[in-house]
Amino acid sequence: MNHTIRSIPSVVVALGSAAVLSLVLAAPLRAQEPSQGVRIGLTYSAGTRPGLYVLPLRGANADSIRAIITRDIDFGDRISVIAPDSGVPVTGRLNYPLYGRLGAAAILQLSMNAAGGLHVVVHEVGAGRVIHTKDYPIAGSTFSPDWRMSLHAIADEIERQVTGVPGIAATRVLFVRGGALWQIDSDGHGAKPVAGAASALGPVWHPSGTMVAYTEMRDDGTHVLVRDLVSGSVRRVSRRAGANSSPAFSPDGKTLAYSSGEDGTDLFSVALDGSADETRITVGRGSTNSQPTFAPDGRRVAFTTSRLGRPEIYITDSDGANPELLTTSGFGDQLYRADPSWSPDGRFVAFSTQIEGRFQIATIGLRDRAVKQHTIEKVNEDPSWAPDARHLVFTSNRSDVKQLWVLDTESGRLRQLTHGPASRMAAWSPRLSTAR
Amino acid sequence: MSNRSLLVVAVAAVALSAAACQKQPEVAPVPAVNTDSINAANERARLEAERIARERAEADRIARERAEADRIARDKAEAEARARAAMAAARAAFATAIYFDLDKSELTSEARAALDAKLPLLRANPNVRIRVAGHADDRGSDEYNVALSQRRAAAAKRYLVDQGIPADRIDVAGFGEERPAMQGSGEDVWSKNRRDEFEIIVGGETLRLP
Repeated sequence: MNHTIRSIPSVVVALGSAAVLSLVLAAPLRAQEPSQGVRIGLTYSAGTRPGLYVLPLRGANADSIRAIITRDIDFGDRISVIAPDSGVPVTGRLNYPLYGRLGAAAILQLSMNAAGGLHVVVHEVGAGRVIHTKDYPIAGSTFSPDWRMSLHAIADEIERQVTGVPGIAATRVLFVRGGALWQIDSDGHGAKPVAGAASALGPVWHPSGTMVAYTEMRDDGTHVLVRDLVSGSVRRVSRRAGANSSPAFSPDGKTLAYSSGEDGTDLFSVALDGSADETRITVGRGSTNSQPTFAPDGRRVAFTTSRLGRPEIYITDSDGANPELLTTSGFGDQLYRADPSWSPDGRFVAFSTQIEGRFQIATIGLRDRAVKQHTIEKVNEDPSWAPDARHLVFTSNRSDVKQLWVLDTESGRLRQLTHGPASRMAAWSPRLSTAR
Repeated sequence: MSNRSLLVVAVAAVALSAAACQKQPEVAPVPAVNTDSINAANERARLEAERIARERAEADRIARERAEADRIARDKAEAEARARAAMAAARAAFATAIYFDLDKSELTSEARAALDAKLPLLRANPNVRIRVAGHADDRGSDEYNVALSQRRAAAAKRYLVDQGIPADRIDVAGFGEERPAMQGSGEDVWSKNRRDEFEIIVGGETLRLP
């Protein structure tokens, strides 16, 4: 591993006076990019992954803490983690050239502080200096969901200090298991049902991370519900009889688009605060129009439609103007494309496409309309983007039972997220917590 | 009288009677008839006959009545069985699912025939409300299949409405691939799962036969 460090403009950002782990709601993605004129992280060649040597850590639950953070950084796929299983904590001045020869562009030095929090030091090997040092409290009791989320948020911040881009560990994935709504941490821990949501399909996250929407199936039909994850309160958004399904929040969190209709379905948009009448997005004339997904600027919507016969993915302005076929198809094309998910950076739409009778995960570039197929083994469907616009979670039966898998679309690396009973219909949350 | 004189008398009597026999036939003495006992016997016999006749008549009557009751009961049971069978047939015709081609919501000719078979029951029971539940196999997109199954249910409703059944008597719902009729995979399973199911939701207890 030979990472080229071209220059060393790394700057430790002024992070505020108090070294406090703030469990704040994820702001819209762009707000998390470094502000102009300030750069964070090492500089390294495009297409390479900087090596991060993780020094041993001593103290209560030290091994667990180190393992969780190390795994989070590894799952981010932007950093090559070098983490020997054993060794004594290193004190004093580090021998930077030695770590450089081991392939490390940076060194992570963790220690437990007197307050039970985590003291984090990040060294840049090439420059031979510390680029980040900070104390982070750890919330909750050991191994509780809050405790884990604290560590995930710290891992995301370490990743930001090294690469300039925060990780995606402090996120969760909603999914459907046995007809009920479940959630799981991004590292595969803590799978549990969402209380009170025993009948659910197609969940989606509100950009705040505090609300979800999903389809509830009852004997008299399907309805779209919005559930507050904090208070547990639920309200029904759809008013029409018939099929109501596939909700999607707009990126500003103010409106919800969903599919509704008795004979054919169209997309409708409703203001969550009830300030405006419901508006209609598509005019399908008896065809199926469903699965809306917003561009990050909220101005356009991709969706699945049967208006050409077979299901295809269209794009329209969010007011319904200018609908057009997104996925190009040749003469006599008998493909079946569905499950669109617009990437948080706006550059791609991921979708399921039927190839030789089986669904596979593909992405299409919005600029060049180039399609890339990401899976080939068995059936893979229903992708959902992580907030880094790089990882996808989707459903696959490659382990026989339908389970959720996570794909790094850049490296092709794949890992299984869920185990146990069949799981499907994944929705990746925004960042739920930041440690700054 | 001395023994001697008795003997004389007896001899004389014998001689006398012998002389009489020889000379003219004497009329045989008619026994005296006891009419009272005959009448009593006759009466007893008549009463006995009457009793037997009465009992026989009673038995016949009971038998006739029993036979009649049996016949009525049998007729009734048969009528009920016929009615039950007819109702079961009508309900079965009503409950028969219709099936669809892959990713299609258009009615096949078999589906239209199956829908036609539901019309008599619907027409004979104008207060009955039904629900058409559309379903999909598990191959398509899970969410898209909710909308597809809704279209399948709506296609059946549209056909029934075109045949004169008021639209407000027919609810429709689409359940996607969430409630399969058969578990597993393969076309045999999938083709059974791409379907509309029919259920009476109001008036099912008081159905009248067409």
